[in-house]
Amino acid sequence: MNHAEGLEVSADGLSVVLTSVSSDSHTWNLVVLQLVLEELGHQVHNLGACVPDELMISECLRLRPDLIVVSSVNGHGFHDGLRLIRQVRSRAELAGTPMVIGGKLGIAGPGCDRSRAQLTAAGYGAVFEDGTGLTAFQSYVGRLAIGQAS
Amino acid sequence: MSVPETGSFGDFVARAHRAGTLVVQPRMGVSGPAAMRTGLVATRKATATAVGTITLDSYTRMGDNVNARAALAAGIELNGYPIVAHDPAVTRAVLDGVAGPEFPVQIRHGSPCPEPIVAALIQAGLHATEGGPVSYCLPYSRMPLEDSIPNWARSCDLLADVRATGAEPHVESFGGCMMGQLCPPGLLVALSVLECLFFRQHGIRSVSLSYAQQTNPDQDTEALLALRRLATQWLPDLDWHIVVYTYMGVYPRTPAGATGLLEEAARLAVRAGAARLIVKTVAEGYRIPTFAENVAALETAALAADSCLTIVGDPGDTGIHAEASALIEAVLDLGPDLGAALATAFRRGYLDVPYCLHPDNAGRARSYVDSAGRLQWSSIGSLPIRGVVGPTSSARPTAAGLLAALSYVERRFDNASLEQEYQADSVGSAPDDRDPDPGDRSPAASRPA
Repeated sequence: MNHAEGLEVSADGLSVVLTSVSSDSHTWNLVVLQLVLEELGHQVHNLGACVPDELMISECLRLRPDLIVVSSVNGHGFHDGLRLIRQVRSRAELAGTPMVIGGKLGIAGPGCDRSRAQLTAAGYGAVFEDGTGLTAFQSYVGRLAIGQAS
Repeated sequence: MSVPETGSFGDFVARAHRAGTLVVQPRMGVSGPAAMRTGLVATRKATATAVGTITLDSYTRMGDNVNARAALAAGIELNGYPIVAHDPAVTRAVLDGVAGPEFPVQIRHGSPCPEPIVAALIQAGLHATEGGPVSYCLPYSRMPLEDSIPNWARSCDLLADVRATGAEPHVESFGGCMMGQLCPPGLLVALSVLECLFFRQHGIRSVSLSYAQQTNPDQDTEALLALRRLATQWLPDLDWHIVVYTYMGVYPRTPAGATGLLEEAARLAVRAGAARLIVKTVAEGYRIPTFAENVAALETAALAADSCLTIVGDPGDTGIHAEASALIEAVLDLGPDLGAALATAFRRGYLDVPYCLHPDNAGRARSYVDSAGRLQWSSIGSLPIRGVVGPTSSARPTAAGLLAALSYVERRFDNASLEQEYQADSVGSAPDDRDPDPGDRSPAASRPA
């Protein structure tokens, strides 16, 4: 599947893997995002809290999702998110899968431009920090579904 | 009864309660030993009857001490104190001259595999912690209950052995805080009691039962009175007290809204006869609070508690006691080994926590906030409370409805705060009416059709 040229979106919408990072125990963010994505017509595989890196990779290899959404609010999201995407991108099968991250990613409140740049440089298609609101995320997913996002 | 000079957590709280003082406690944890000590000293010096907290970081909670050590070595700030990664001597130095009979310190962690943590806190000379086989597993991990339950059993056994040294170990159930928000009170009360019964089965004699402030003060008061009745009934041979948690969901972002919610929690605790309060700070909606913000919150809560008389108006009986009682008895009927009974209860859906994604949770029970701001069941799944709750609808929540329910309290207090500012600006003085609800009790959540 060539994501750069847009997806053949079925009537079932995108297949989305929704996950937290290994150290993050919070789940309300995941519960809400699942509903948001389902209401947009997408299929969500919600991996839940404290997802070990290996489980996240194996589930993505099994499901071959159209989009991976990482949501974290415990303040370790920046470090854990960087580690995670390096592992995802090291797998040829997942090298081109769109992946985004959002939430409360640092322990000191919304991060600086530099940490956002590090995350996008590592391969995240977008970074949605706390306070961004859902609209930006929804429109990213919408663009992806019609093939405008990379 | 415990020996006071050993600094027993339960004994300290009991003495304060008898003296008519609410004990207040922060959540507080930083990775560096020097900073952690500074935080404990600041807590102890607060103008309040306070106990200390060391909150552990997420890596330690998950048993990932490799990453915790790596972070320490690399100088990366963690979101708590890595008690297992630090040498026991380091932690003893953090506590030396600060922790003691007049200032007990509790270790808070959230781990479903707490044995290394309990071993580390014992090595550091401490003997109070919190959690439970259900409450530290379901919301915070993906570990099977079949593992968390024996882990917690062994941890309690380990902690109970501390009694040989003359100290009275204390364990608080986090069962009254499941998911932080949107768990109906009857289930919170039942889980607190059940986990304390589990602790007792594993040799613990001093416990606390938690309850997190929810969406409606009358409903919370009724829940706390039910919790007290049930603790009296089921834990007659233990030293126990009730700890109230200031609202754990989406927190108000205005300083006045955040303070108003904390003060309401303090009044709730006093009115309902609770002995201890976990505070929240004005920074809660944004980030991990500073020590100064924590001290301010402790002092605000202590002041609000002091100026509140212990008078419980009749909160009415909407069935919380009956609901909790039915849940407790259904679990106890599953067999004498409470660990096994808890596992069976979740397998059968007799216990089922709304919106909990854990693989062992049935996930068929659902809740909502009704038009009066009370938490209600929209679906009870297989919870054995049909006779108490009555008919429900199984309408699925929408994202907007769920977000509205999750932010109901935040909006109630922030709107009140903004309303007060507006009135102060337009009238030139602050209104006397401190009712945080400006009268807007519009339906906030997805409701059954």
